[in-house]
Amino acid sequence: MTAYLLRRILAVIPVMLVVVTVVFLLVHLIPGDPASAMLGPDATPAQIEATRRQFGLDRPIWEQLLNFYGRVLQGDLGHSYFLNRPVTGVLWERAEPTLLLTFSALLVAIAIGVPSGIVAGAYPGSLADRVLMLGALLGVCIPGFWLSLNFVYFFAVKLAWLPAAGYSSLLVDPWAALRFMVLPAVSLGFNQSALIARIARSCMLEVLQQDYIRTARAKGLREGVVIYLHAFRNALVPVVTVIGITMAILIGGAVVTEIVFNIPGLGRLVISAILRRDYPVVQGVVLVTAAAYVLINLAVDMLYAFIDPRIRYD
Amino acid sequence: MTAGAPAPAEPDVADAAVRPEAITAAPAATTTTRARWRRPLARNRNVLVGTTLLIVFVLAAIFAGALATHNPTRLDPGARLRPPSAQHYFGTDEFGRDVYSLVLYGSRVSLLVGGVTMLLTSAGGVVIGLAAGFYRRLDLLIMRVTDGLMAFPAILLAIAFMAARGPGVWNVILALSIVYMPRTALLIRSTVLSVRELDYVQAARSLGRPDLGIACRHILPNCLAPLLVQGTFIFAYAILAEAILGFLGVGVPPYVPSWGNVISSGKNVIREAFWVSLFPGLALTVAGLSLNLLGDGLRDVLDPRLRVRQ
Repeated sequence: MTAYLLRRILAVIPVMLVVVTVVFLLVHLIPGDPASAMLGPDATPAQIEATRRQFGLDRPIWEQLLNFYGRVLQGDLGHSYFLNRPVTGVLWERAEPTLLLTFSALLVAIAIGVPSGIVAGAYPGSLADRVLMLGALLGVCIPGFWLSLNFVYFFAVKLAWLPAAGYSSLLVDPWAALRFMVLPAVSLGFNQSALIARIARSCMLEVLQQDYIRTARAKGLREGVVIYLHAFRNALVPVVTVIGITMAILIGGAVVTEIVFNIPGLGRLVISAILRRDYPVVQGVVLVTAAAYVLINLAVDMLYAFIDPRIRYD
Repeated sequence: MTAGAPAPAEPDVADAAVRPEAITAAPAATTTTRARWRRPLARNRNVLVGTTLLIVFVLAAIFAGALATHNPTRLDPGARLRPPSAQHYFGTDEFGRDVYSLVLYGSRVSLLVGGVTMLLTSAGGVVIGLAAGFYRRLDLLIMRVTDGLMAFPAILLAIAFMAARGPGVWNVILALSIVYMPRTALLIRSTVLSVRELDYVQAARSLGRPDLGIACRHILPNCLAPLLVQGTFIFAYAILAEAILGFLGVGVPPYVPSWGNVISSGKNVIREAFWVSLFPGLALTVAGLSLNLLGDGLRDVLDPRLRVRQ
């Protein structure tokens, strides 16, 4: 078990090395001189030269890359020249809304996806299966950001049940935070619930064909006991992986949802940073999000090894 | 997307070496394989519905000029935010532009971005996947880079790329191709790894065939079915991602009629004019539905091991 965990943790290193390199190269993808692009058309040659020196753009590229690795290892993601603050501090401030949104959406996705998939898989071909799978297909096809807009129109504008946009910290006003979070979480989580439902259904169908299920039925157990006690728990094992993937997708999806609902998280930060050409902030958000993605996958793999002992003995 | 390899479509080279008549039988076998797929494809409901919707979508894009009732870029402040009517089927936006015409012209951008991204990811994915699957030394390097690129949430990597390169249709295509290519490369690599160990590939190798010949003649045909399925889904993802980038204001420039741009302008007036974002969103949903149905159907027919159980 320890060897498996160690191997899995070590595998993160080359991935993160590539991630940091890609993030570093982003600035070098800017057409022309990155310093001129950052400062805009009104910059004087002296300012451009100063910026080039400040960001080390006057050094050879390999030296810039090594410096970048060094800075990232020390937790230094640079300085936002628009906000005039270290990027790390800005990211910390903006992480809370994104985390709250991502976890709320994940809860919604699991709450809708797992029961739907299990019921559909337990009764294949039934009306419930057909309706749920049609819903899942639509869930995959309906663009989340468009669904968000429709939710705003119906539930906030027409029915006035919930606020159209905004954010309140969970630590300051939990009730307001919950009200603000309902629409974003549901619209972000709905798409992913479709993915979870489809996988859960297929896992359930797979499990129901196993010998131990036949044995359980042969023992004369009631169908409900077979499905919910014997099949359900085993069908959930692969679903854990999908939930990990879902979490990672939700982090990306949160960017768009934050724009629709005006949530001051990392997504809104990165879009405003792009418009201000504040590249250190763009790099910081992309790097932190990718790191979170890698760590979530690592956590899921470890969790999977705990749940399914066969994995760690491979 | 799960990687998978269909049953080998190639005749057995070793067998052909023993029985020369088997070589002449090869084209007939390929024809039979094609015929074997054609009927289930034509009978598959998902393929039929998906293809029909896709054809409508393509026709709308091709004949947008003839079908549109107004110039989609013409601003008409006097007719701003008009609800759907006989004159403006889908109403007008905040600049008085006809939403129906915008949706029709927007399908061109979606089709261009989706189609070219699919082609680029397929071509790049095949080259990278074949190289990784064939040369173990390259495999290590390619897989590390692929893993690293796949560690980014797809849409965020595309946003970051657009942040560096600036708005533009070709930048969107390039960004999405870079984002989705590793997925195709992985799929091709896994197919190559499973096929390269089969007897007929080993036989071809022992007969002294060059690597490129084996790759193109014996391995690539086995990659086509999963590639086609994957390509269909990438088409769908690319259309959606293009709309998201447009919606966020980092995709195609705002003056170009695209579904994402129109939905974005609808966001500002959602309280007064819900129709501005409603219709391009519906078009986006139907386009996504058509490609997802087609992809599901193709997967069921061409790669039965990945079939969703009925």
